[in-house]
Amino acid sequence: MTGLWAAILITSAGCYGLKLAGLTVPRRVLGIPRVRRFAELVPVALLAALVAVQAAGDGQALTFDPARLAGLGAAVIALLLRAPFLLVIVAAAATAAGLRALGVA
Amino acid sequence: MADEQHRQAGPAAAPTEPAGRGQAAGNQRRESPARDGMALGLAVGTSGLAFGAAAVSSGLSPAQACVLSLLTFTGASQFALAGAAASGGLAAGVAGAVLLGSRNTLYGLRLASLLQVRGPRRLLAAQGVIDETTAIALAQPTPAAARTGFRATFATLYLTWNLATLIGAVGAGKLGSPQSYGLDVVGPAAFLALIWPRLRAGRTERGVALLGAAIALAATPFLPPGVPVILAATAALAGALMAPAPEPGTGPAPDRAPGPAPR
Repeated sequence: MTGLWAAILITSAGCYGLKLAGLTVPRRVLGIPRVRRFAELVPVALLAALVAVQAAGDGQALTFDPARLAGLGAAVIALLLRAPFLLVIVAAAATAAGLRALGVA
Repeated sequence: MADEQHRQAGPAAAPTEPAGRGQAAGNQRRESPARDGMALGLAVGTSGLAFGAAAVSSGLSPAQACVLSLLTFTGASQFALAGAAASGGLAAGVAGAVLLGSRNTLYGLRLASLLQVRGPRRLLAAQGVIDETTAIALAQPTPAAARTGFRATFATLYLTWNLATLIGAVGAGKLGSPQSYGLDVVGPAAFLALIWPRLRAGRTERGVALLGAAIALAATPFLPPGVPVILAATAALAGALMAPAPEPGTGPAPDRAPGPAPR
């Protein structure tokens, strides 16, 4: 628990520092096109990786959970239909929960 | 597209220049920064329910979930840390969560010239530098409207997000197995929704996303939890080296704003 509190505080300090740095750092640093492009793409790469790991991972093992994958599929459909953020989440959770309740997956 | 034209139009680089007009894609209204900001803040803030529930189902206490929302206040990083708490790779989880916050640095670079804040006010404004406040601020026609929009979005979203986190965290504590409610899908679904606009933005984004996901999955059996996600940053490096030129029409990315030397 202590470790978790420390993790929370370090994360908060780090995230705040990054926010403040943007308001403080000279703009020329990101004037370099490739640096700027890298910074733009970092969230895309990291978030996609998180989606994959949380969808198909279980600790250090890869796992196949049909309900989880179906829930993620429902999220994709909701996104394609341009549903708002919260509805995407609800669709994903409800699909996974429904399949588990029915004993299908 | 309009943004690119605007940027290349010439001397649009002074700090006092209107907020990126061309970036207001999808928002053609001229003067409603406060209303737009509050609407976005309320809509996005309610997703704090999902965070609170996911955090508690990952093993955080409601107090820890609330402190994370109060102090960190950037959704992707919070979900990442909660996910790391669930899987056990806490140190790597912290690194990943902080790395995920790095895009707020880019937002801040763009917002600095619009907000014109110094001293204590800058310390306060910094906490509000996130996706939603940046999007609203850059959609406004004047710096004054951008400041109003930033403040309205920040205030509304901060209050709603933290209140929703509390409700979600306490509510989730009364639930049974998180999986029976599908809460284990909330994290990945939220991340997918957060990067969805980027995936629509261009081929490079989609390629980087696929490569990042593949790298993380391939590394998962061999590295501690959390580390594969950090390793996925190399996909962004590959994307930047192979396709350095930003593609136009990628929405309100603030770092596309007019620079001192239009390229």
